[in-house]
Amino acid sequence: MLQVSDLTVGYHRDDAVLREVCLDLTAVAVHAIVGPNGAGKSTLLHTLAGHLRPTAGTVWCEGRDVTRWRPHQAARTGVALAPQGRRLWPSLTVAEHLTVTRPARHRPGSTFSVDELLEVFPALAGRLHHHGHQLSGGEQQMLTIARALHTAPRLLLADEPTEGLAPTVARQVTAVLQQLPQRGATVLVTLPHVRAAAALTDTVHVLTTGHLSHPVTASDGQAERLLRDHLTLTNPHAE
Amino acid sequence: MRVDAYLIPVVDGVAYGLLLAIAAAGLTVAFGAGGVLNLAHGTLIAAGGYIAAATSSGTWPSLAAAVALAAIAGAAGGGVLAAATAGLRGRGHLDQALLTFGVALIGGDLLTTVYGPDTLRPRLPATLEGTVEAAGHRYPVDRLAVLVIAVLVVAAGYVVLHRTRAGRLIRATVDDRAMVAGIGVNPRLVDAAVLMCAGALAGLAGALSTPILGVGPGTADTALLLSLIIVVCGGLGSVPGALAAALAVGVVQTLGVTSFPQLAPYLLVGAMTVVLLVRRRSLPGQAAA
Ligand SMILES: Nc1ncnc2c1ncn2[C@@H]1O[C@H](COP(=O)(O)OP(=O)(O)OP(=O)(O)O)[C@@H](O)[C@H]1O
Ligand SMILES: [Mg+2]
Repeated sequence: MLQVSDLTVGYHRDDAVLREVCLDLTAVAVHAIVGPNGAGKSTLLHTLAGHLRPTAGTVWCEGRDVTRWRPHQAARTGVALAPQGRRLWPSLTVAEHLTVTRPARHRPGSTFSVDELLEVFPALAGRLHHHGHQLSGGEQQMLTIARALHTAPRLLLADEPTEGLAPTVARQVTAVLQQLPQRGATVLVTLPHVRAAAALTDTVHVLTTGHLSHPVTASDGQAERLLRDHLTLTNPHAE
Repeated sequence: MRVDAYLIPVVDGVAYGLLLAIAAAGLTVAFGAGGVLNLAHGTLIAAGGYIAAATSSGTWPSLAAAVALAAIAGAAGGGVLAAATAGLRGRGHLDQALLTFGVALIGGDLLTTVYGPDTLRPRLPATLEGTVEAAGHRYPVDRLAVLVIAVLVVAAGYVVLHRTRAGRLIRATVDDRAMVAGIGVNPRLVDAAVLMCAGALAGLAGALSTPILGVGPGTADTALLLSLIIVVCGGLGSVPGALAAALAVGVVQTLGVTSFPQLAPYLLVGAMTVVLLVRRRSLPGQAAA
């Protein structure tokens, strides 16, 4: 859905966090990004969702230059962010999180009804009247993803969606993401290591201190090698 | 007998507190959602009072028109403030506070130019000028009517905030506006809508309070000061907190004036200091951050 070319983003004027990043999200599939802490994964996802303004480069959406779009415009076009750190609304209940979002009509997207979301995340069904801040970490993560899915995304940006989840719940979340392309939605997911990415997709991008690699095969060790090379480059004493 | 002596002031205090809650709710939400510290809020309240006093001529239709016009004028004022502060978004609270303070000065001047320096009171239909007897006490009908309407407005506010999508969007914007944008809603529209509703409520509060308090050149400053005390004590952005604080302020003020007249000026500030000292950021409705 999106094409990114030579994107440079930073939080301060002359200190870029991402440098000339290129990424092609045309294929309706799961695209994964792995990289060490602080590499800029969240920064990239926030930029694509319109929360950060790039200093250079272009983001295209179906031939349209959307580099400087605002978050609500990105959301209306079908880009949904499930942010790291959950970012729920503490004073809204679980049910309200899902009813305040409206699936966008008049455009394609992978529509999920509230009932369907509760089927996918049964843990939330028993918590409908709890507030955002009364949920366990795993429940918060599920609600973050459910909220994003309820906007009927065409591109789901999932930032470390399995962080802090018990293995069974993590598998459940992974399974949901995996099914999205069949429903017409593209997924861009960031994950902490190649193994987690390999469970989801065969092609991953490696992000190391602001530089994004070409897509590489997850299973044949290429991605691992890229990460290791980066580690030894930046920290020669690492074993 | 002693308890009875406090009954009337307490009822008065609750009515006053509800009026203050209506006035302050919009201020606290506008700050919580869009970060606008609206120092022209008291001026909107005074404008509502003046418009109501000038419009109500003793007939029921003129009274209805007075209340409606006050609310509409308040909403329009809120719209002007929304447009004026939108350009300053991202420049911090101080710039917006200064701008709204300037609007307050100009608005206050305009109001005294148009309505004169005297304290005005609306003329009410004869039915409202009498008293009713309840439980051995005589109570003015107009105050009772104000009390009932204030209860209805507060209840309606609760329903809107909690049972409508617009209300959920407002609460979500107070919590985390970036995530509101993330579901496809422009948070700046929410800000503008909140400022307009806050203005309407301010105008309404001004109109409802004129039969009891009258409206004059000091109204705007007093209303702003009390609203700010309520917003701060109730927790910035918290409507339930503002309601609790407003009721407390209303009762403390009214009881203070009737029971300890010589201490009254200090009671409120004293109570506020105590609240701020003991409050552990846990008033109802406030998320444990
Ligand atoms: N709001 C901010 N202001 C300034 N610098 C920031 C901000 N957010 C992130 N950074 C910096 O940008 C760099 C990239 O951060 P980012 O959060 O994108 O990394 P990440 O790859 O998502 O890391 P993690 O795996 O820990 O989530 C880091 O050096 C971080 O310190
Ligand atoms: Mg991150």
